[in-house]
Amino acid sequence: MSVLTAFRDSERARSIIERIHRRNTGDISIMEFCGGHTVAIFRSGIRSVMPESVRMLSGPGCPVCVTSNADLDRAVALAKTPGVTITTYGDMLKVPGSRESLMQVRAQGYPVEIVYSTLDALKLAEEQPDREIVFFAIGFETTAPAAAAAVLQARKRGLKNFSICSVMKLTIPGARALLAMGEVKVDGVIGPGHVSSIIGSDAWRFLPEEHGIPVAISGFEPLDLLAATDAIMEMHEQRRPALVNTYSRVVRPEGNRKAWGAVEEVFTLDEAGWRGFGIIPESGLVLREEFADFDADRRFDITVEDSEEHPACRCGEVLRGVITPHECKVFGTACTPESPLGPCMVSSEGSCAAYYHYQRQLA
Amino acid sequence: MCLAVPAKVLELRDDNMALVDISGTQREISLMVLDGDAAPGDYVLIHVGYAIEKIDEEEAARTLAMFEEMSLLDEEVPEGEDPLV
Repeated sequence: MSVLTAFRDSERARSIIERIHRRNTGDISIMEFCGGHTVAIFRSGIRSVMPESVRMLSGPGCPVCVTSNADLDRAVALAKTPGVTITTYGDMLKVPGSRESLMQVRAQGYPVEIVYSTLDALKLAEEQPDREIVFFAIGFETTAPAAAAAVLQARKRGLKNFSICSVMKLTIPGARALLAMGEVKVDGVIGPGHVSSIIGSDAWRFLPEEHGIPVAISGFEPLDLLAATDAIMEMHEQRRPALVNTYSRVVRPEGNRKAWGAVEEVFTLDEAGWRGFGIIPESGLVLREEFADFDADRRFDITVEDSEEHPACRCGEVLRGVITPHECKVFGTACTPESPLGPCMVSSEGSCAAYYHYQRQLA
Repeated sequence: MCLAVPAKVLELRDDNMALVDISGTQREISLMVLDGDAAPGDYVLIHVGYAIEKIDEEEAARTLAMFEEMSLLDEEVPEGEDPLV
């Protein structure tokens, strides 16, 4: 499909890279808020072709990584509840909670099922009417519609043994919290393409309007990211912060109203605990009262106490862009993808894992 | 986590489902949260088993043309206008 390969075209990439190098932007720190971008930037080698004056930072854009140990411990406790089968996306399994991961729980004989989609979790609930199927829902705005659709389907089909434990979060409150902390200098933001396909590019207007920070919504191909970076540099140079959408083949200003409508029908906002940030108000999605029957937190009496973080893990600071993974003492030694101490090394989208795979040596 | 892959719609099925081709593999996915209709031949983005958005090929061509230009901002900010309006 030419429309896909065209955005990987090396000739076109070269011309944008040359344009970037001709710019007189000076030192600039550009942050992405999306784990997919973290990986794409490393995989395409974009960092290595950037002028030294351009710093690429990663923000809290990996939902697995920002999940707090308290929430993970809740999933572990649910998995050990008699009659319950926990279903979740594969990314979550190896993340160490305070005491154990879902993978370790599964090794002890508790049913923990990896699903590709909430559709599979629904199917499991239909096939096993004597089991309680709980979907441990993590993710940002891109993933929330799939959880909402599953709840609406479960209600339509009259499924009584399907529920959701939601630890889903919203990216905008996360981005706002990071900026409010003021620990890192952010001169420009690469806006998350797929999150924006749901919430719309207009959702990011607060960056130029309230913070004077240019933002370019980007796709995941090399050309998308190069063009977004170039646009940010130009806006920074000209001191004209605005919103540019370089991913308009997918992202509309208003987003996907139908998908977000489903999310709003099923979920409401609540405070949520983020790794590295603590509690962020109105940043989490919880089931509305009228869907209480599908809310695992209401259906099962789970209490989790004494959640704790690994003392050596600095994922929290990595997620805030305060340190790079190399600055963590256990990076690549005590903490590797094979035996991770923190989620940023577990998730394929985590900054630590990306650095480990693509930039293990300090340049 | 927000990874979404392009797919070509092959046929529409009951219950708001569709058969799609993802780089040579056929899968059944849900159209439940897609805004608008999809028809065979359309390209859609698939995320965790759901089509979340269509891929607009004309828009893609326009974007590529825009990348060729010296500035991406002209599209956004016409001369003499405040970019924040």
